[in-house]
Amino acid sequence: MTVTDNGVNVQALLDAREALKGAPEAAQFTWRATAKWDKGVHSTTTIENFYGLGAEQSHKARTEFAADHPEVFAAEDNGITPIEYLLVGLASCLTAGVASVAQNRGVQLRSVTAVVEGNHDIRGILGDPDVRNGYNDIKVTFDIDADASKEDIEAIVAQSQKRSAVFDALTNPTDVTVQVA
Amino acid sequence: MGGSVTTVVVGAGHAGLAASHFLRERGVDHVVLERGLVANSWRTERWDSLRLLTPNWLSRLPGQDYDGDDPDGYMTMAEVVAFIERFAAGAPVRTGVNVTSVRRTGEGFAVGDLRCRSVVIASGACNVPVVPGFGDLGVHQVTPFDYHNPDKLPDGGVLVVGASATGVQLAAELRASGRHVVLSVGEHTRMPRRHRGRDVLWWMHETGLWAQRYDEVDDLDRARRLPSPQLAGGADVDLNTLTGAGVELVGRLAAVRDGVALFSGGLRNVCSLADLKANRMLAGFDEWAGLADRVVLPPTRVPEKPRLRIDLGSGEISTIVWATGFRPDYSWLDLPVLDDKGRLRHDGGVTGIPGLYALGLPVLRRRRSTFLHGIEDDARYVVDHLIRTLRGTFDQSVSEAR
Repeated sequence: MTVTDNGVNVQALLDAREALKGAPEAAQFTWRATAKWDKGVHSTTTIENFYGLGAEQSHKARTEFAADHPEVFAAEDNGITPIEYLLVGLASCLTAGVASVAQNRGVQLRSVTAVVEGNHDIRGILGDPDVRNGYNDIKVTFDIDADASKEDIEAIVAQSQKRSAVFDALTNPTDVTVQVA
Repeated sequence: MGGSVTTVVVGAGHAGLAASHFLRERGVDHVVLERGLVANSWRTERWDSLRLLTPNWLSRLPGQDYDGDDPDGYMTMAEVVAFIERFAAGAPVRTGVNVTSVRRTGEGFAVGDLRCRSVVIASGACNVPVVPGFGDLGVHQVTPFDYHNPDKLPDGGVLVVGASATGVQLAAELRASGRHVVLSVGEHTRMPRRHRGRDVLWWMHETGLWAQRYDEVDDLDRARRLPSPQLAGGADVDLNTLTGAGVELVGRLAAVRDGVALFSGGLRNVCSLADLKANRMLAGFDEWAGLADRVVLPPTRVPEKPRLRIDLGSGEISTIVWATGFRPDYSWLDLPVLDDKGRLRHDGGVTGIPGLYALGLPVLRRRRSTFLHGIEDDARYVVDHLIRTLRGTFDQSVSEAR
């Protein structure tokens, strides 16, 4: 018998779920990012620390993310567009979910590709009050090669959405406070 | 009231009366306390058109089968009340007694000022409608407890929130009355009324799925929280029939901000999940029947662009119907048996307090626990356990006396 190995430690996740049942305060995480303006619409956002399990935590390394606008927006294109970072978040979150759910269901993955497209009418950000600023819709297309039927793969993808933090954050409103320190 | 009795059953619905049936059979001295009349919530907390989801031939209580002339029909509420009243004959019911406290005493329990050795909580799973607290929204708001029929609502469009049996039935009826209806759909349980010409509950029953024990269910927590299936006692009602009738589907109601209802963009996924699960269930039935071909449900048709917001001040919606579920009320129970979410902790109806039992909760001992015909096994088991516990206590007291 071959053992499913998608590289996800599902047991640790299930154990964590059990452990946190008795300690909901340890489940409270705060994720942090710090952006510094460079020039024009170019900025650099740094992520290193976060809070969780009742203590300050650090990533193994600090990561920097450059954001800018493309040249068709009359900018220098020093990095991807902020709204594209949402696609990064959604694609990586759903893909992680697919791997985890597949692992939990004993499905060996060979390859997973997600193509994410967000349709955006930019008249909104240019000031047209009848057009929203953000995406009008987002479409994710998974191409998955795995030891499972099409139906099982669809169920894994559906479950991945059901448990996705970014899918939730994008599909449901979130209360956002922006203030000047 | 005062006095003492061996066992107090709280609630004279089908569950409490089933407990009484077995307590009488076993000769245990008891009373059934009922805040209103027998089958009270069936009389007072249901909308006019509601019918039982179970076909008549499967609607039975301990020692009482359906004996009418429409075995494939579904009982109206008046018929359910009559069916339960008939079952109550001979039960020691005290009606109009509202239990406001249950405490432990040295010997057992005090239910109000009535002393007893054991208590069976059969006060129902659906005492309080669960309504998200959005406050005053400038529109009329009703729960299924206040809703009777479309004529009783103010004129205008209706937003039905929730797509369980209640939500889909009310959306269908409101739409049929000619109103503009929007249905907000979160996670739901799709279930066709019939599969291969037979009632879906026939399949549940015959395959043994309905009798699956609580300790055999994969994820019991989830099974106990599952929204009621999209069934009606009679016609087919699912999201596709509703769309066909002109009901507009939107995602789960996520928030109300500045008088605007905001709906989740996850509608497509909750529909996919429900379709996959329903088809998996049907495939299981077919496998059980040894049928190689598959009957696959047509996919749920999701609007091309589901609306994400409705301005509640625009006049489009005059009423919100909250079909967002129910919860039991245990405010009268002064015993440490609730979990951190206010749910009764029990193992198949047996709580951690010796002598305290529950009946009539979702998947209490079997998947069918909350359905009329599901109470018999549960009540028999619980009463048997109750009697064994009483005997244990009695034996102990006898040996102590010696």
